[in-house]
Amino acid sequence: MSILNQKERRDKKQKQPTFMRTQPRCGMIRTTKILQQAAVGGSLLLFALSPIHAQEKSATDPSHASAVIQIWLWGGPSHLDTFDPKPEAGSDFCGPFTKPIETNVPGIWINELLPNLAKQADKYSLIRSMTHGINGHETAAYLMQTGHSSSEEAVYPGIGAVVSLFKGYDHGYTGTIPPYVILTTPQGRFSEVGFLASKYKPFVTGGDPNQARFSVEGITVEGLSEERTLARKNLLESLETFGKALSSNQEFIRFDKSRQQAYSILFGDTAKIFDLSQETDLLRNRYGKNKFGQCCLMARRLIEDGVRYVTINYSGWDTHGQHFESMRKKLPELDNGVSALLQDLSDRNLLDRTILLVGGEFGRTPKIDWEKPWNGGRGHYGKCFSVLIAGGGFKGGIVVGASDATGENVQQRPVYPQDLLASIYLRLGINPDAILPTPQNRDLRVLPPPTKTSPRNILLEIMP
Amino acid sequence: MRFIQILCGAGIGLLLTIPCVFSAENSVPSPLHPFETRSWTIPENSIDLLVFPLLQSHGIEPSLPSSDEIFIRRAYLDIIGTLPSPAETLAFLANQSEDKRISLIDTLLSREEFADYWSLKWADILRMKAEFPINLWPNAVQAYHRWVRDAIRNNMPYDQFVRALLTSNGSNFRVPEVNFYRAVQTRTPSSLASAAALTFMGSRMKQWEEKKQTGCALFFSRISYKKSAEWKEEIVLCNPAPATSTNAILPDGKSITIPADQDPRIIFADWLISPQNPWFAKNIVNRVWFWLMGSPIIEGIDDIRPDNPPSNPELLAFLEKELVSSGYNLRHLYRLILTSRTWQQSSIPQSSHPKARSLFAYYPVRRVEAEVLRDALFTIGKRGEEYMSPIPEPYTFVPEEQKNVLLADGSITSPFLELFGRPPRDTGLESERNNTISDSQERYMLASTDIQRIITRSPLLQRIIRTARNRRDEIIRNYYLFILSRYPTEEEALIAAQYFQKPKLRIKEAADDLAWVLINSKEFLYRH
Repeated sequence: MSILNQKERRDKKQKQPTFMRTQPRCGMIRTTKILQQAAVGGSLLLFALSPIHAQEKSATDPSHASAVIQIWLWGGPSHLDTFDPKPEAGSDFCGPFTKPIETNVPGIWINELLPNLAKQADKYSLIRSMTHGINGHETAAYLMQTGHSSSEEAVYPGIGAVVSLFKGYDHGYTGTIPPYVILTTPQGRFSEVGFLASKYKPFVTGGDPNQARFSVEGITVEGLSEERTLARKNLLESLETFGKALSSNQEFIRFDKSRQQAYSILFGDTAKIFDLSQETDLLRNRYGKNKFGQCCLMARRLIEDGVRYVTINYSGWDTHGQHFESMRKKLPELDNGVSALLQDLSDRNLLDRTILLVGGEFGRTPKIDWEKPWNGGRGHYGKCFSVLIAGGGFKGGIVVGASDATGENVQQRPVYPQDLLASIYLRLGINPDAILPTPQNRDLRVLPPPTKTSPRNILLEIMP
Repeated sequence: MRFIQILCGAGIGLLLTIPCVFSAENSVPSPLHPFETRSWTIPENSIDLLVFPLLQSHGIEPSLPSSDEIFIRRAYLDIIGTLPSPAETLAFLANQSEDKRISLIDTLLSREEFADYWSLKWADILRMKAEFPINLWPNAVQAYHRWVRDAIRNNMPYDQFVRALLTSNGSNFRVPEVNFYRAVQTRTPSSLASAAALTFMGSRMKQWEEKKQTGCALFFSRISYKKSAEWKEEIVLCNPAPATSTNAILPDGKSITIPADQDPRIIFADWLISPQNPWFAKNIVNRVWFWLMGSPIIEGIDDIRPDNPPSNPELLAFLEKELVSSGYNLRHLYRLILTSRTWQQSSIPQSSHPKARSLFAYYPVRRVEAEVLRDALFTIGKRGEEYMSPIPEPYTFVPEEQKNVLLADGSITSPFLELFGRPPRDTGLESERNNTISDSQERYMLASTDIQRIITRSPLLQRIIRTARNRRDEIIRNYYLFILSRYPTEEEALIAAQYFQKPKLRIKEAADDLAWVLINSKEFLYRH
């Protein structure tokens, strides 16, 4: 539940552009800067000759990652209470969470309610210097998912749709499940495909995988036998009077193709992929018998089937009030789900080709709001926050960047959304400068081109 | 098949269409029951006099008249965006008067739902959306939508409607038409000029020569936005003029000096709405024709330019003239189109000529829009989507029974509308709406718990079963009437009756299966 003070919202919106203007984008630490420049050079070189050639090559290059699982913590999780604890900042900042735990990588500490993730820090890296300065949900979410500022004159597609464009049906994907799947509800704050054609839209499952039967809209129908479905199909075929009168209509020919495709899913094995009862109870319990945990397990099954991009839309992180109560409930869920997923992907040799991304649109105010009506809540905070990234070739056990003593400012190596996205695109073999198809043939690219004031600093620290 | 196609010379790929049923009855094709009828009951109108001769000169045979069953469903869907009720259908079919079609059109044009449905079209092209990237804010969207709906309901002359949108000053809550200037992603003069050009001229400003683009942007350069003490209120106004006059350029290339004391938007608006304007009337008649006929006179709909000629220039010129001489009376334009034989043709083409569609030789089938489809499903199953906003801006609650065509705000989350091609309302381009079928839509229609529940839990379908008291033929007849607005043919009734005889299938189950079949038929999913 999020209750926003009107004044607070207004203040934040007004503050945001000032921050963007006064915070210089470069000049943090000399050594990383050299790395960064090398990175820009490298990425440009990689695609300088022929972007089309580069894409074709990527489709077969085994060194690339082939899939992404994005755990989208909708609402913005507190960085201090997850991956960037500040026990020395005092109770106004860390609240009741004063005992972070050390992970299996010496020197990396995370929140005490994430013990299972602490055992696997060698598998993931933490970016503690994410920043964009935006405190509005939709504009921050848009920037995190597209890499573009909301003030550009176009609505860009999110990363899932871009992957669906460059790694989907147009480029050799043949799965019956669409290449881009959202578990279980759409984000809804902006259109995921932007100006791209609707065929790159995500497949939104609906339903709840933690129920006895995961009812997926368009795959399974509650309480209908296969026999009845077949009887319905036959009856429809014999009663399609109008359709038969127009059997040579191009639109209807396309329609019939879609219908055949739908039937092949209905009567094929696709439904089994969504049948979690095929997993052992032991494993299901390890993921956590809750909606989020079972979504994580579902994501693994989808990736195993070849799906390119799975987003788990995990809401409930917009904790203005009752923040710490929410954290005590949510962090164990997050801990079980993500740690089980990491282990499971790793056990099945899927982690090397699957990028796992955990984060939201921003962090939350490091300084706790003890006043009424928040009574210990945290507001939106886009100036400094954390993201977890693993798999797909990204190295584990590394902390990228750093925040200051209170987690309010980036102290070292700022990472902007476009830096993170460019790194992911490169790992997937997608050219971040590729032209996106638009109805008017405009020159719109996957990511904004790097400039002097806004360089593209890819995450060389954790790339192979 | 009344026509066969012969490929002569596969290499050349030339298509020849030869009617194969030359017969004693002068090659008049026989109407296909129950979709067509033999002869017209309405007179040819002035549109027909411009459409049919052109078809004839191309050797294109027009379609037969649509049957009354087809007509009533088409009229309801196209004019007010709903299905006719069984009672309305029966009354119309039983009506023996000569002018029943025209009087039904007049009735529908004056119904409240007419304003509901057509405000949806305007909400699309005016980009009504509370959130990113338009960010009108929920209260402003509601006010704006109500203003537009009222204008449609009261049949506000189109030139005044546009002038109000382009020249008003005031609060986004209290003078709702000012939201035109707020409903853009970036509020630069060039982006505002581009929005005005797209919406009211059907022209893409980016294609103009540079000089015209910058010259035209000047008309929108004095618009400013001011906050007030009220949460999210914004005042749109014209900035005080500079001391000196400025030189702007109109889209037709004419230079104009904007005097220091004048609001340049007024100069632009008055130029735009003048009867001589080469874009203004053309754009709206082309849109209305496309909205009703499914195929525009100028392809691309909102891409009017010299190298994109109309398929029937005389027709376009006539409609423009009619609109202007009627005092920009849009309802007059609707009525003119709807009472034409052209619009009332069957959707089954008599000709496979490549120009048959663009010259209007038949009524093209189109999948019913997302909102209208969901409303039709609600009519059948009384099951809809509920929505509650996650954040207080203020909290928006949309009850299940809210009509989808009346949803003011394009940012209301709806998996169904999203799946079925609702436009994102980001740009105002007509092409944003997608009415073509997709694999995922078909999957949803064939295999979703939502559709299953619409059928199995529908109180109205259950009432039909109860009233029929186990008489299967009654159930079948009334299901057809309720879902497809017609009774089944003998053959259909027979096939359905056989299905009800299946062993171990209860009546309710068989009835559910039939309802599912009818909802999944192309006849239900398409305007036709």
